[in-house]
Order: sequence, then C-alpha cells, then structure tokens
Amino acid sequence: MSALVQLISVRKGYDGAPALHPTNLSIERGKTTVLIGPSGCGKSTLLRIIIGLIAPDSGTTDFDGSQITPANIDMLRRRIGYVIQEGGLFPHLTARVNILLMARHLGKTDAEMHPRLSELCELTRFSENLLARYPLELSGGQRQRVSLMRALMLSPELLLLDEPLGALDPLVRASLQKDLKEIFGRLQQTALLVTHDLAEAAYFGDTIVLMNEGRIVQQGSIVDLRERPASDFVSEFINAQRSVALA
Amino acid sequence: MKTNKFYFVSCFPAFLLLISSSLADPIVIGSKKFTESYVLGEIAKRTLNDAGIPVEHRQGMGGTIIVWQALRGAQIDAYPEYTGTIVEEILKDQQLHSAAAIRNALSKFGVGMTGPLGFNNTYALIMRRDRAQKLGIRTISDLQKHPELKIGLTHEFLARQDGWQPLAARYRLSPQSVIGIDHALGYAALQNGSINVKDAYSTDAKIAEYDLVVLEDDVGFFPKYEAVFLFRTSMRKDAIAGLRKLEGTLDEARMIQLNAEAERTKNYTRAANLYFRDDVESATSAGESFPHKLARWTLRHLQLAGFSLLLAIIVGIPLGIFASRGGVVGHAILGFASIVQTIPALALLALLVPLPFFGISARTAIAALFLYGLLPIVRNTASGLQDIPRSLRESAIALGLTPATRLWRIYLPMSSRSILSGIKTSAIINVGTATLAALIGAGGLGEPILSGLNLNDHVTILQGAIPAALLALIVQWSFDLLDRVLIPKGLRL
Repeated sequence: MSALVQLISVRKGYDGAPALHPTNLSIERGKTTVLIGPSGCGKSTLLRIIIGLIAPDSGTTDFDGSQITPANIDMLRRRIGYVIQEGGLFPHLTARVNILLMARHLGKTDAEMHPRLSELCELTRFSENLLARYPLELSGGQRQRVSLMRALMLSPELLLLDEPLGALDPLVRASLQKDLKEIFGRLQQTALLVTHDLAEAAYFGDTIVLMNEGRIVQQGSIVDLRERPASDFVSEFINAQRSVALA
Repeated sequence: MKTNKFYFVSCFPAFLLLISSSLADPIVIGSKKFTESYVLGEIAKRTLNDAGIPVEHRQGMGGTIIVWQALRGAQIDAYPEYTGTIVEEILKDQQLHSAAAIRNALSKFGVGMTGPLGFNNTYALIMRRDRAQKLGIRTISDLQKHPELKIGLTHEFLARQDGWQPLAARYRLSPQSVIGIDHALGYAALQNGSINVKDAYSTDAKIAEYDLVVLEDDVGFFPKYEAVFLFRTSMRKDAIAGLRKLEGTLDEARMIQLNAEAERTKNYTRAANLYFRDDVESATSAGESFPHKLARWTLRHLQLAGFSLLLAIIVGIPLGIFASRGGVVGHAILGFASIVQTIPALALLALLVPLPFFGISARTAIAALFLYGLLPIVRNTASGLQDIPRSLRESAIALGLTPATRLWRIYLPMSSRSILSGIKTSAIINVGTATLAALIGAGGLGEPILSGLNLNDHVTILQGAIPAALLALIVQWSFDLLDRVLIPKGLRL
C-alpha cells in the first residue's frame, strides 16, 4: 500500500518563530490518519500546507506522486475534500448550491449531478427536503453533514477534516462520529483528521500522529502510544486526557 | 453581468459627447450670480436673437473668476463685466487707466471689450436711512467714529483688491465686527439689524426698495465700474456687432428700473424686455409653466445625480476591491477618497472649472458629484469584503474555485449588504449635492434655489428645495426595496 501524500522536510515559521520544524509524514491510501496534540502544536499548519492555504518555507509535498506547486494546486484541490469546524458553508447559498458549487463550476449538468447528490444525502443521512435551506436555517450537525457532502461531491481521493466535530454538542457529536466512521469504511476513504480529543483520535485513527511544539513526537496506533510512549510528553498527554474522561 | 458593465462604460463618454455637442452651436452668454448680471445677459441674448443669432444664456455661473475662466476656456463667448473689476481683479494692474490700455491688455487673452453701456455701477457701502440719520453718518469717513457698527460684507468684497481691506486701510476704519454674508441675505440682515453696514452695487434696486442710503465715497476710493461686455475676439462678427449696439444705451436710472423689475417679477427675461420698450413675452423661459419647469429641473437633477452615481459605482467597486486587500495601495485609495470628501462641494466645483475638458458644464457637475459619491462606495466595498471571515475565504480557496469565481460567486454576494448601503449613501449625497450644480450653470433643482436666494424669495427657494428633499426620500425608499431584490435571501435571515 503506497502513500497518497508524502511530506518531506516541510518547515514553516512565523516571524522567526518556528510553527513547524522540518517534518516528514506519509498518508496511506484507504486509511484514516489522525493528527493530535495540544493547541499550537502545528497540526493545523500541517493540514493547511497540504491544501495549499499555507506555503511552507522549505520542503516538498507530493500528492499521488507529483509535487504540489502553485501551478497545479487548483487542480489538486479538486481531488481533495476539506471540512472545517463550523462547516465553512457560504451563507448566501442554499445547502444544495453549496454542495454543487464546484461541480457546476466544472460544467457538470444537473442530470449528472443529481444521482450523486441523492447518494450523498443517503450516505450522510441528510434529508433531501432540507437541501433548499440556507445554512442559517440548519442545525450545527446538519451544517456539518452538508459540509461533508460538499467535500465528497467530486469523490476526492483525500479528505481533510480540521476539527470537524469540535463545535457540536456531545450527542450530535457522537452520532456524527459514528456516521463518519461508517462513511470512511464504505468509501475506503483516505482521510486526514485533526483533533485535540484523544478518544476521537482513538475511535478514527488507523494511525495516530502526536505532535508537540511543531514536531511529530510519536506516530503509531493508539496501543503503541499507550503501551510504548516515546517520551514523557506522550504519556503525560495520554494520561491527562484519560483523567479528564474519568473525571 | 460583465456585458452590462461594459455597455455602461462604453456609453458614458458617448453621453458626455452628446451633452457637449448639443451645447456647442449657439453663442453662449454667461452671467454672474446677481440680478443685474442676469438682466444684462438676457438683454444681450434678446439683442442677438433679434439679429437672427442663436444664443444660450447660462445664468448665474458664479463669481468673477469662474466666469472669466469660462470665457478664457471658451465655455462661454461673452458676459457682462465692469471696468473696475477688469482692472483690479482680472488684469490686476492698476496702471491701466484708459480704455485703450485695457483693450490692449485683454487682447493677449483673445478677449475683446465693448464700449461702456452707459452706467457706472460702482461698489458702495449702504446703511438703513433711519440709522444713518440718527448717528449723523453721511460719508464713509463718518464710520471712523462708530467702530461699534456691525459690518456685513459679501465674500467677494471681503477678498477683492478694491474691496474691504484696502478700503478700511484708506479710511482708517477698525470696526469691532466684520462678517461675510451672502448678498441677498445681507439685505434681510440689514433690515432686522443683525448688521448695520453692507456693501452693494450703486444700481442695486433694493437701495430704493428698502429706503437705504449710499455712503459718499468722500476720498474717491472706488474705481469706476462702467458696465461693458467682454467677448471672445474669435466670436462671430455679427455677434460682436450686436453687442456693440448696446453701447451707451443704458443709464443708471434705467438700470435701477430694470433691476427693480427683475426683483419684483422674479423674471429676468421680462425685465430685459423692458429695455426693448415692450412687454411682449419672448418665446423663451418666460412662458414656461411651473409643472413644465419642475419636470425640466427634476429630470436634469436626476441625470446629474444618476450618471455620477453610475460612474461612482463602476469605479468605486473595483477600487474598493483593491482597497480591501490593504497594503500601501489600499491605504492610498481610501486616503484619496477621504480627502476628496473633505473638500467643500463649492470648492471642488471651483477647482474643476479651470481644467480643460471640464469648464462650466454638466460634465464638471457630474465629475464633482462622482468624486463625492466615491468614498462611501469604496469604503463599504472594502469593509464588506474585509468582514468576510477567514474560514469562509479559505473554504472558497480550498474548494478549488478560481480567483474570479471566488470574487463573483462568493465574496461580492456576501458583501452585497455593505456595498449596497454604500451606494445608497452615495445616491442620497448626490441628490443633495446636485443642487449646487446650478452654480456652474448645469441646471437641476438648484436653479430655483439659486434664483430664490438671489432674489431673497422664499417661495422660489422652496420650489427647488422641497422637490430635492422629496427626491432624496424617494431614492432612500427605492434602495430599501432594492435591498430585498439584490441581497441574497440567505443573508437576510
């Protein structure tokens, strides 16, 4: 199984302060990779470099064998889905138009798009009746489902999720977690998920990448992290989150 | 969207050409903003018309400098002037004593001068008769003993070479209070005692009407102000000959009579007709009914405000987009638009008039209104775009939309509320400010306001002021309706 994304010595700093030390990372096809760590550890920076929202100071990122450059980034973005915390839906467009925006931009006809839209509604358990609503007329969980449909519309090879469930209340969050996991499985979706919640990381992650202060400190399964922590920080991080869960 | 915009952009210069070409043919007579100048302008118009020459009279264009610049810039062909003003204000050379010397100096500008029309309208200081008699004031020198008298002077007289400063120096006057006040309003102030002394022209009809006295210029300070016509030497010969026929035909008593007629009837054409010893109304504006005039003013007003607004939208939104990106260029754009806004409208008009292409025309009014309308549109477009949350900008980028699509489909619609409210502000400003366009002869609802101000006639002022205020309200309501159409429903929830 080869890597879909390869980061090689990618480095980023802001005003001299390093946000990301030179970092290597592979994202395997068909797997869910989770980036976890405390705030400011560089996990979001890493994800945003892959989608080209941040240009790294040095290092290269390969996507499906070709290097990401400013010239090809727009083409590659169409092969990547992106979901953020509040959904990032455009408030002046209905759920349907939000979802179809990019497909329409590429000149797809309604006849082509409609079956895909129905399929996505079924997949994300979203009622087709709600498609005519504007984002402000939807609940937080519904908005995230629409955001997910928008990201999946063009059947992306890679799905990036930046704390997608962070702003939801626990019950909605739990039901969306379950649905997301099921979707990833059904689609055999390659996904990179950023979270600060260890339980969520454990639930989704085939591979968990723990970061701190701009560096990857350990990478492996949740069992690896728990049983064979690479440093004191790793055990502290895991114990802290565990005690929160127990309290 | 795009094609519409290009259509407007390409049509706009065509519109300007249309205005200028339609005004190009007839001889254009200008006049300054006071009754006598209007009347002389009308007399010249009638004289030339009777000689079969088409004439347009641009009434009340402003002060000396504006009209002189218009003559030099060929926006007008002739206008009535006074020899004292020519020497002191235009040529600024007090050594010029003879008519021949003045003609010679004017010829360098391609400008000719007729002989005197027959009356001397000099500047004068005037007082209420009862007040002057009580204080025993007869001459300007007598004012030395009464520094407590409040002096109210026109802004032009305050600044002139032969105006207040040298006059006060020559007569060694040091009054406690000197204020600047509009000429027509000054008469009301004199009547109610807010001021005691004001400047006037010696042929002013109000001197007789209000029973005022002219203080004797006992040291002979004021130069001669003999009325003449200035004209462009390139003007058609029969028109020059026509103006010459007016030489020596108007004495002071006659001029006071015509001025009084103009102020009594509020009709300059009628007063001018009196000069020709007939009361037959000429076919021009005299017979125009009020609804017709109102329609003409309103239409012109809407044209001025509308075209300038259109131009401000076409230019302002792109500038706002650039400004929203910040940096040096962004700050420069917002800074420029703010500075323009701080220039008083009247000053902006005066600054544009001497420029080539502009001059005394609707173009100048549209250009000034356009500059005024710019800031609200630029600023609201920029702030509307800047207020879009970063997460939504990034979502648009991450989707892979091209920059143009992001702008048209996402960013501009999301800022539509802010942009529209900027356009609404500009529209209301333009409808209000367009009343000043009449100052440079561009017409609109400012025309009756200006005439009314000049005649101190409140009814005439209201004929312009009320429709202008209603127009501003209508504009406001229409934009409120437009909000419902143009702002996407998702943003109005």
